[in-house]
Amino acid sequence: MNEAIGESVATPPRLEWQVASVVSVTQETPRARTLVLAVPRWAGHRAGQHVDLRLVAEDGYQAQRSYSIASAPADGMVALTVERLDDGEVSPYLCDVVQPGDGVELRGPIGGYFVWEPAQRGPLFLVAGGSGIVPLMAMLRQRGRADVAARAQVPVRLLYSARTLDDVIYRAELEQLADASQAEVVLTLTRQAPPGWSGYHRRVDRTMLEAVSWPSSDEPNVYVCGPTSLVESVATLLVELGHAASRVRTERFGPTG
Amino acid sequence: MADKPFIARGFHGRRAAAPPGRLPPGQYETRDFPVLSAGPTPHTSLTAWDFTIRGADDASPSVRWSWDELQALPHETPTVDIHCVTKWSKFDTKWEGVSVDTLLDAARAAGVANGAFVLAYCDGGYTTNLPLADVTGGKAWVAFGYDGAPLAPEHGGPARLLVPHLYFWKSAKWVRGLTLLPNDEPGFWEQLGYHDRGDPWREQRYRGDP
Repeated sequence: MNEAIGESVATPPRLEWQVASVVSVTQETPRARTLVLAVPRWAGHRAGQHVDLRLVAEDGYQAQRSYSIASAPADGMVALTVERLDDGEVSPYLCDVVQPGDGVELRGPIGGYFVWEPAQRGPLFLVAGGSGIVPLMAMLRQRGRADVAARAQVPVRLLYSARTLDDVIYRAELEQLADASQAEVVLTLTRQAPPGWSGYHRRVDRTMLEAVSWPSSDEPNVYVCGPTSLVESVATLLVELGHAASRVRTERFGPTG
Repeated sequence: MADKPFIARGFHGRRAAAPPGRLPPGQYETRDFPVLSAGPTPHTSLTAWDFTIRGADDASPSVRWSWDELQALPHETPTVDIHCVTKWSKFDTKWEGVSVDTLLDAARAAGVANGAFVLAYCDGGYTTNLPLADVTGGKAWVAFGYDGAPLAPEHGGPARLLVPHLYFWKSAKWVRGLTLLPNDEPGFWEQLGYHDRGDPWREQRYRGDP
């Protein structure tokens, strides 16, 4: 895997905690909310990276969690999409309590392997489970900012597994990307499907991957993010289908409390 | 952290009931066993598996154990707390493995060139660096059993390094050997901005942390 890290790694000498201010909040689904943050000293990020967020209570008690960045590097703001975990500690605060104008402490960006750069040639195959869509959305958004010629170099397909249609995060934006032929978006619903649903209605399996992914001979760059069960099975199936392990990058992304 | 804390308005926390002194700063206790890895899980058959300790210098002899030879060494069954840099900690995890001391003693006897650091290397290309002092003195194991069963592949089976006093990325999954080095050489995550030592009690998560 080390061979695959070709790019230079822009990591600042020290990741300092800083206070970001909440610019806006958007309810994406009944359980997921996007916080758009203005970060005063932000060195920029790469699509796929995350931040550490720290909450400190009045008496000094603190809690930290990691959240993937949903915004493209060029967006100027840092957007985080947080899935609410009912028995969690940090996500209910971020989903229920935080308002525009509040501050949150964060440091980042963090992570240098599960990242995509426009300079990486070849098709881009993204597989998301649940809120695992978040870092992949940063990649889709970054690619969407590129000009037509650059986009033509990187055809992209997204296979997104969600529980129900209402749980699909960024649904309107994904529909727009598909309608504009900017990306092929394939949804599969693992629980309830709406009447007349013509898409997949099961967990991601080998047949689905064979139908949706590029053949391994096209050497797609693959990014898989979601709960462990999905990531483990999808990554194993892709290797069985002939994809080089070094081109299958994974990130486990269970909701964190 | 030297930074003066910013109080999050209206945040009270849930105050997990962890026993005092067991949860390093910034960590929370989980009862699950989350899985984190950068790529697909490698699957190496036990007949093809071996474990090798070698010196930095190609001229140095190396020592190699087959799976059966490793199993024939004395087993230990440490019960330890583990701490992942992604913030979860898990208490009282039960492992079975061979002490790295046992392996290094054999390497020394065989004349493998000594070093002050080790680089663990693994199936799938993963590496991680550790000071020798962090894998000696009863602090590290090559573990192949977890909770009374063979270690599952997604958790690093057939065998992983177990160095519980450091963040868990140092406990390299799918480990196949150690290279003894005179100087510290950053491994996979360490090259990507993570801390060279990774002591959870000092919160050494990323490069530049104290």
